[in-house]
Amino acid sequence: MPREPIIIFDHFTYSYPTTPNALVDIDLKIHRGEVLGVIGPNGAGKSTFCKSLNGLVPHFYGGTVKGRVLVDGKDTLEMTPAELSLKVGLVFQEPESQLSGLSLTVEDEVGFGLSMLGFPSELIRERAREALEKVGLKGFEKRSPFELSGGEQQRLAIATVLAMKPEVMVLDEPVALLDPIGKYEVLSTVIELASEGSTIVIAEHEIEEIAYFANRILALNEGRIVSLDDAKKVLAEVEKLKSLGVDPPSVAELSYMLERELGVKIGEYPITLPEALKIYGELVRERWERK
Amino acid sequence: MGEKIIEVKDVWFKYSEEVTALRGVSLEIEEGELIALIGQNGSGKTTLAKNLNGLLKPTKGDVIVKGMNTKNTPTHIITNIVGYVFQNPAHQIFTKTVYEEVAYGPRNQGLSEDEVKERVRMALEMVGLTGYEETHPYDLNYGQMKLLMIASIIAMQPEVYVLDEPTSGQDHRGRRELIRLIRKLNDEGKTIIVITHDMRFVAETSERTILMANGKVIGDGPTREILSNVDLLKQTAIKPPQIVQLFHGLREYGVEVNALTIQEAFNAFKDILS
Repeated sequence: MPREPIIIFDHFTYSYPTTPNALVDIDLKIHRGEVLGVIGPNGAGKSTFCKSLNGLVPHFYGGTVKGRVLVDGKDTLEMTPAELSLKVGLVFQEPESQLSGLSLTVEDEVGFGLSMLGFPSELIRERAREALEKVGLKGFEKRSPFELSGGEQQRLAIATVLAMKPEVMVLDEPVALLDPIGKYEVLSTVIELASEGSTIVIAEHEIEEIAYFANRILALNEGRIVSLDDAKKVLAEVEKLKSLGVDPPSVAELSYMLERELGVKIGEYPITLPEALKIYGELVRERWERK
Repeated sequence: MGEKIIEVKDVWFKYSEEVTALRGVSLEIEEGELIALIGQNGSGKTTLAKNLNGLLKPTKGDVIVKGMNTKNTPTHIITNIVGYVFQNPAHQIFTKTVYEEVAYGPRNQGLSEDEVKERVRMALEMVGLTGYEETHPYDLNYGQMKLLMIASIIAMQPEVYVLDEPTSGQDHRGRRELIRLIRKLNDEGKTIIVITHDMRFVAETSERTILMANGKVIGDGPTREILSNVDLLKQTAIKPPQIVQLFHGLREYGVEVNALTIQEAFNAFKDILS
C-alpha cells in the first residue's frame, strides 16, 4: 500500500457550539489507497470525525477548533467548501439527507454537485454515466430518485459523490437504515471501490462486514482515539471493544472465550468467516484425529 | 404457553388494485410468545403487523384478536390490546416533553390524572428514562427516543407489543438494552412481535421466527430451525448470523450442531474439545 498521507489530523480538538469536546486530540494520518474503518458507540465522535474530513466541521457547524486537519497538504479551515467537495466526498446515513430533492431524474441528481460548481454539461453527463455504472444504476438515468428502494437511493448518493471524483470517499454508517438486500448492494459497491484503490473512510456498526475490507480500524470513545491499528489487531481486542459497548465479530469473541475459559490456543483471532472456518475447522479435525 | 391471542386467517391485503401486500397469510399467535417477523422491505411484514392491531383491515380473510374480529370491532379496542411501536420516532413523537408523550396514551384511555402519573412513572422506569420527564423528546439521543416510544406504549398496558425495527440506528449497547427490555416485558407475560432485519438480535432473543416474502409466509417455526435453514434464507437474500454460518460450514468437518449464539457456539466447542 502506498504510504503517502492524503489526510493529516494534527492534534485536532473540536467543540460544537453546544457540545464540548466532540473530538479530543485526534492525531493520525490517512494514506492514499487505504480503507479506514471507524467504530465506536453512538456519541463517540464517529460522525464528527467524518464531517471534519470534508470541512463541514467546522465550516457549517461553527464551534471551536484546536489543531488542524490537512487535506492534501492544505488546512481545511483555509479551503472553501467547493474546493473541499472536490477532494473529499461525504455519504450520509440517510440517503434523503444527501439527495438534493430538486432533481427529477437520477441523472440530474448525479450531476447536481458538478452543475452547482459550473462544470460544462458534456463533462457532467460523462461523469454521471461513469458514476452510475460504477454503483450499478445504469439504466436508472430517467427514473425519479424518490421511487428508488433504500439500497438504490444510497447507491445513488454514492454516485453523486463519485461524480465529483473526490480523492477521499467518506461514508457515515451508510447501511444502518437499509434492509439486508440494500446493505448487500451498498457494501458490495464500497468493496468494489476499495478494490480499485480508492481511499475510503467508513464509519459503521456492522463490524462483521467491514472486517472484510478495512485495512485499518480507528476505534473512538468520548471523542478520543482508543485504538488505531491494522483491522486484524483492533477487531481482536475483544475485551477492550466490549468495554466500549462495541461487539467484535462473533467469530473473534468466540476465540476469546475459548482461550480464556478453556485455555484453547488460537493464536491470531479470526475476524471474518473464512478465517474462522479455517481455524475452527482445523481445531475440530485435530481433535477428531486424536480421539 | 397460553391461550390463542391472535388468529390470522387467510388474510389478503390490497393497498390498491395494483398493489397487493398480503397474499393469503395464516398464522396463530399464543399469549406470551416472543416472535421475530423477518423478510426484505416490501415483503409484507409491516402490512401484516398493522393488520394485527386493526390499523389496517384485511381486504379478504379475518384477523381475530382475543375472539374479536378486527373488521367489526372498534379500532381503539383492538389498539388497546395490541400496541404498535413505529420504526421512525418522528412518526410517533409529537409532544413537547417526555412526560406528556408517555401520558398521552393512558389519558386517552380515560384514566384519572393520578393513574396516568403512575403509568408514566412505571413506564419510564421500565425503559430506564426516569429523570427525563421534563426533557424535550427531540433532545434525547436516537436510542433514548426509541425507548421513549416503547414507554409510551407500555403506559397503555397492552397485552401484545408489535415493535417495528427497534434496533435500526442503534449501537450495540442500545441493542443490548433493547434485548433486556423485551425479555423483561416477555417475562411479565406480554406477547411480543418484533419486525427486524437484525439477525443477530433474532438469534439472541426470539423463540419463534416468521419469514415473509412477496406477501406470503414462507417459513414459520422455532428460530433455530428457520435461521439454520440456509437454503430458505438464501431464497430471500437474508444472511444468517455469523455463528450460524460458521456452524453450517463446520458440518464439513463433522460438527452436527446448529448453534445460534456465541454462547451456544462456545458450549458446542466445549463438548467437542473435552
